[in-house]
Amino acid sequence: MGRLTEAAAAGGGASAASSAGPPPNPLPLSATSPGCAATMASSEEDGSNGGSSEAGEEREATGKRRRLGLVATAWLTLYNIAMTAGWLVLAIAMVRFYMEKGTHKGLYKSIQKTLKFFQTFALLEIVHCLIGIVPTSVLVAGVQVSSRIFMVWLITHSIKPIQNEESVVLFLVAWTVTEITRYSFYTFSLLDHLPYFIKWARYNFFIILYPVGVAGELLTIYAALPYVKKTGMFSIRLPNKYNFSFDYYYFLLITMASYIPLFPQLYFHMLRQRRKVLHGEVIVEKDD
Amino acid sequence: KALSSAPGTAQQLQVEILDAKTREKLCFLDKVEPHATIAEIKNLFTKSHPQWYPTRQSLRLDPKGKSLKDEDVLQKLPVGTTATLYFRDLGAQISWVTVFLTEYTGPLFIYLLFYFRVPFIYGHKYDFTSSRHTVVHLACICHSFHYIKRLLETLFVHRFSHGTMPLRNIFKNCTYYWGFAAWMAYYINHPLYTPPTYGAQQVKLALAIFVICQLGNFSIHMALRDLRPAGSKTRKIPYPTKNPFTWLFLLVSCPNYTYELGSWISFALMTQCLPVALFSLVGFTQMTIWAKGKHRSYLKEFRDYPPLRMPIIPFLL
Repeated sequence: MGRLTEAAAAGGGASAASSAGPPPNPLPLSATSPGCAATMASSEEDGSNGGSSEAGEEREATGKRRRLGLVATAWLTLYNIAMTAGWLVLAIAMVRFYMEKGTHKGLYKSIQKTLKFFQTFALLEIVHCLIGIVPTSVLVAGVQVSSRIFMVWLITHSIKPIQNEESVVLFLVAWTVTEITRYSFYTFSLLDHLPYFIKWARYNFFIILYPVGVAGELLTIYAALPYVKKTGMFSIRLPNKYNFSFDYYYFLLITMASYIPLFPQLYFHMLRQRRKVLHGEVIVEKDD
Repeated sequence: KALSSAPGTAQQLQVEILDAKTREKLCFLDKVEPHATIAEIKNLFTKSHPQWYPTRQSLRLDPKGKSLKDEDVLQKLPVGTTATLYFRDLGAQISWVTVFLTEYTGPLFIYLLFYFRVPFIYGHKYDFTSSRHTVVHLACICHSFHYIKRLLETLFVHRFSHGTMPLRNIFKNCTYYWGFAAWMAYYINHPLYTPPTYGAQQVKLALAIFVICQLGNFSIHMALRDLRPAGSKTRKIPYPTKNPFTWLFLLVSCPNYTYELGSWISFALMTQCLPVALFSLVGFTQMTIWAKGKHRSYLKEFRDYPPLRMPIIPFLL
């Protein structure tokens, strides 16, 4: 299997960069995707689930632009508008709940349907990559979305006792702000009218949001551990006729451990992207 | 440099080697024979830059172009009297043989550790005991035979096109092979192992398929070896020989992968162990990618390539 590296680079690289297990993703999926792309050998795109990616922006700067069909552009624009709206609704619902109740207890329960709907809908982003209307690699997008699906369905939905933990609010806030920024960035890029402040937000918010989101996710998984151990949920024990076993408790421990190599990689990649994009922006202004 | 006008004297060339990324001039070679090969140029380059041994060098005519082959002759390339070659460092290299030997020896020994139930793997009361199921002993024999076969083929059968591969491959490959071997072996040799649902019938059928696929895989390796004389790098279309196992060449480009897949599927059937099935799936995915690549190369290189052949699965894939 000599060429395991070549073939696996796409996979392995991506997973190294974005996540071996469910990775931390309070960040704009696309913002981290370029991280993955760049961390891998492939210097391609990034994950713009819309028209302009970082790569796209750089290409714009040089006068070139990705040509998308009319239908694809229309669809992506609608998709990104809908997602921006969805996460805005979530944000507003969360703020209203806290203003009315004064506590975070019960907040998750009140927004869970909307959260599950919009976060699950994001699976479409994998399809976008598959059919090529978005320049990200399928694997990178897949890993990104999977990590979110993991948190929502396999942790907060399935392990009810932890739903009122503060850490849940922590990552929900990080995700919400991130997604609103990211999807509006794509929307405006597709419409060719990107306000600088959205671009600024996208490349600066992550500095705080990313660690906050990671903290929220890790603390939530940590809080879930005792319940997982006690109930033995999602686990398969021996003996069984397929001679296989799976321990969800240890799986979660490994997942938590995987954040350690992955988070710095992604974070520093985003920092480098930021310097490139915003720094490039500065140079252009000087030329004026 | 002076052009020689004396008849019978070949005009000597100069070669300058630039870094493909920085365009920095790395080396200038004077008085190079026109019939010098790239391999010889690489050796000369190593003299001035000993850290870049020949297998680490990629020389090309265009910084973003394809690597030149060692056998390419300088005067046959589109260069003037001064050839400009661009250099890219391929990184530390390791020989294919070394990688294969390492990645195959691991599973051989690791599986045996589990089979003999060395301490600390299973509970203490199971230390150094053996399973009471026949199929577990059979599985150990099959698994060990498979990797011994691979080791012997690496040493005596295979003729490698490339001498080396990047060093980091050995870590990735060994993780893959050793990891899966441990994972499989853990369950098959576990004190709570459950034998196949259809008992001896299932095991016998699986064993038969396994043996056929092992023989098939070996036959293909031998046929491929016979295609190429020792030390050469010629490429020819493989065709079925008198050996019936090679008749699969009529239907697929890479029957060695087909047989390999068959071996692992039958092993999964024999042990009725999900990790083995997953290993087969991953291996299948990888081998399909390789088979498709090889198939494409054959089609590109040979106009008369048999149209009926598929890359790895007859008629399908």
